[in-house]
Amino acid sequence: MFLALTNPFGPDMLPLLLQVVLLASLVNVSCALVGSFLVLRRMSMMGDALSHAVLPGLVIAFLFSGSLGVVPMFLGAIAAGIATTFLTQALHQYGHVSTDASMGVVFTSFFAVGVVLLKRYASNVHLDVSCVYEGSLLWLAMDTETVAGLEIPRQVAVVLPVLLINLAVMTLLWKEFKLTTFDAALATSMGFSAPVIHYLLMALVAMTAVASFRSVGSILVVAMLIVPPASAQLLVHRLGPLLAVACAIGVFVAAAGATLAIWLNVEPPGMMAVVAGVVYGLTVLFSPTSGLLSRALFHRRTASRILREDLLAMLYRVHEHDADQRLSLHEAIDAVGGGAAARRAFRSLRRQGDLRQTVEGLALTDQGRATASQLVRTHRLWETYLVEELGLALDHVHEPAHRIEHFIDEEIREQLAKSLPQSAEDPHGRDIPE
Amino acid sequence: MFGPSVVWKVMLGAALLGAASGFIGTFAVLRRRALVGDMLAHAALPGICLAFLLVGSRELFSLSLGALATGLLGVVCVAAIARWTRTSQDAAIGIVLSTFFGAGIVLLTVIQSNPTGHQAGIDTYLFGEIASLQSRDLGTIGITALTVLFLVLLGFKELQVLSFDPEFAAAQGWPTFWLDLAVMTMVAVVTTIGLPICGVILMAAMLITPAVAARFWTNRLEHLLAIAALIGALAGAGGCLLAAPQLTATIGLGWLSSSHGVPPGPLIVLAGTALLMVSMFFAPERGLVARAWRERKLRARIAQDHLLRALYELGEKEPEARPWIDQHRLMHHGHWTPSTVPFRLSQADRKGLLEHQSNRVRFTDRGRALAAKLVRTHRLWELYMVEDWRRSPELVDRSADAVEHSLPEEVVERLEALLQSEGRLPATSLGEVPESPHPIEP
Repeated sequence: MFLALTNPFGPDMLPLLLQVVLLASLVNVSCALVGSFLVLRRMSMMGDALSHAVLPGLVIAFLFSGSLGVVPMFLGAIAAGIATTFLTQALHQYGHVSTDASMGVVFTSFFAVGVVLLKRYASNVHLDVSCVYEGSLLWLAMDTETVAGLEIPRQVAVVLPVLLINLAVMTLLWKEFKLTTFDAALATSMGFSAPVIHYLLMALVAMTAVASFRSVGSILVVAMLIVPPASAQLLVHRLGPLLAVACAIGVFVAAAGATLAIWLNVEPPGMMAVVAGVVYGLTVLFSPTSGLLSRALFHRRTASRILREDLLAMLYRVHEHDADQRLSLHEAIDAVGGGAAARRAFRSLRRQGDLRQTVEGLALTDQGRATASQLVRTHRLWETYLVEELGLALDHVHEPAHRIEHFIDEEIREQLAKSLPQSAEDPHGRDIPE
Repeated sequence: MFGPSVVWKVMLGAALLGAASGFIGTFAVLRRRALVGDMLAHAALPGICLAFLLVGSRELFSLSLGALATGLLGVVCVAAIARWTRTSQDAAIGIVLSTFFGAGIVLLTVIQSNPTGHQAGIDTYLFGEIASLQSRDLGTIGITALTVLFLVLLGFKELQVLSFDPEFAAAQGWPTFWLDLAVMTMVAVVTTIGLPICGVILMAAMLITPAVAARFWTNRLEHLLAIAALIGALAGAGGCLLAAPQLTATIGLGWLSSSHGVPPGPLIVLAGTALLMVSMFFAPERGLVARAWRERKLRARIAQDHLLRALYELGEKEPEARPWIDQHRLMHHGHWTPSTVPFRLSQADRKGLLEHQSNRVRFTDRGRALAAKLVRTHRLWELYMVEDWRRSPELVDRSADAVEHSLPEEVVERLEALLQSEGRLPATSLGEVPESPHPIEP
């Protein structure tokens, strides 16, 4: 397999690239807007269902109006979308069928009805089913009209109004959407009808799907509805920023997908879905708050900090017990569990100047002793607290104190010291360092 | 769209495939993973394309292996996303479905730009080519179906518990993750076999619809699996039948198969949907009609109970045992609409519980006994509520209203004994109707 490469930024390709990016960005942003709510409401697959189920609506609208005009198309899509939502809900409620199964039954049936109608009555229409699946972004982007000196794809006239409608509805009903998404029961008790908002959202999704799928195809509508919001969900935690990030990802996916597709000579919508998947994969790994790698890194950092602190506190105790005793490097490392992690902890302590290695063995520097004494102070204060305030037995307090000493900061430590009876010794009779 | 000699072979193939997918799809539906089938069917596309690019021919076996590989990769991705990220399972399914499919489309355009690659069209993949079913394919489907059946029977107990109580299965120490994966693998295998024959949407429907339809007929897993397989087979065969013009013409459905030819795929989906609707409305226990009928009968009985009790309470103060009561008094007593009272009265009359005389009614002996029993239950419950639940006597009427229809005789007797032992009922009145703890409206 050999790919013929094309330079997407060459003079003959650049206008096409810009048109594809313009069209796809509009599609992706309107998908991301409604898709965010689908993802937050845990109804992502409703996007899949609706993007299939609108087919009979389209065909019927075509059969009645005899044209593929924008208005009948949207009306057909909205009607089919609402019917799908209603039937899914009815099957779930009256038939006691789980939501995903009822969704699956309804949308496959609708799609089948659409295909039968299409093949039976409208087989000569330019509404090819595989085009519904793949989209024809390149053709639509090439079909341009000059507006104010700029070549604008004609399809923008279909996609832009949908984006504006989505934006307008979200702006006007922002708090209703927000409330019904996160707390439907509260919304209902405050007098906002959650079902009305639900149907409105589904109508918007159906409309967006129809406007988009001639460009990017129905399955890729699903990608644009779900993937950017799902990625944004891993990056931010508030609704407004989530929508903004999802839209930004949508635009990025359009630009990167189109560039790669033209470069490699493949279908742009497919490439955009792949890019979206890659973006999602990267957020899963590298998201600063919830990425797998950043979480792993955080765990590792915490674990090595705990090891370092254990090492310091252990050396402090050895010195306290017998000022002349020096542990060798091996003894010290074995005492905190051994292994590569402990050796790393030792090296980093030595680098920081917390301990030094002499011929007799390991010794804390002044700086190291100061840090260690604070740790031991926390430990012994906590033991005192557990015995005095909670009445735990003496042999039960070491373990919890050993765990918590790494997580109590100076402020809490001094509060602890203040709230305990003034005593220079912990319950085991050892000095509490200042 | 195909001749009669082919029709039977195709019907058999579709029926077998329907049975296999209905059977294994039941587990997917019970585990709330109905849409995983949809995901699998879409995620197979890149695998098919990759296999084609690697092997360079449309050899079915290698394409199926490719489809199975990416399908299972998709399943694993969904499980991993749901397990390790904050993304919910439905979004995970959507992400995998659409991304894999997008990759498939990209690969498809690569194939189509190759000189050798013009044969693999997306239409085949979307709708399948059921008419091109070979005898060899029948063998493949049959062997797959038997293998799936055998494996399910082998682990039936485990799968049963997993389907209905996964927490219990996990508590038993069973490897629920691997069991789930095994089920999903079987779903993937059936999907892969069916995909080139039936197409994406049909496979998604065939995994879900038969199981949903079968659920209306039974509560037992063994029966559920058998019925789902049967419905799948019927849908498969029926859909093919509808697509065959020679046969549809004879049963007056000739308009369905025009010269353009409606592919059998969508018709199989619709046949399945039709069977689902029949099941949903007319299944004996859980069907909507049966449930509406039961509800209606219950409502009628409750209305009759209220009527009998009203008649009893109106005549209670009269000296004779079965006094004549004016219909107008009855109407005021129970807040009924003027039209319902004569209707309910005539129903009770037909059952031999009442006697009519112009505008008046009175109990028959049987009617009076029944009414006395009701009133007794009602008042015993009221007394119990007043004493043991510390409810005000004015407020207990409602609660007793709801309970009097369904309180078993045994409970009534224990209630009576309890009240009597505490001295709240006269010792002689066992089985008699006690006094009402609150005044009865005129």
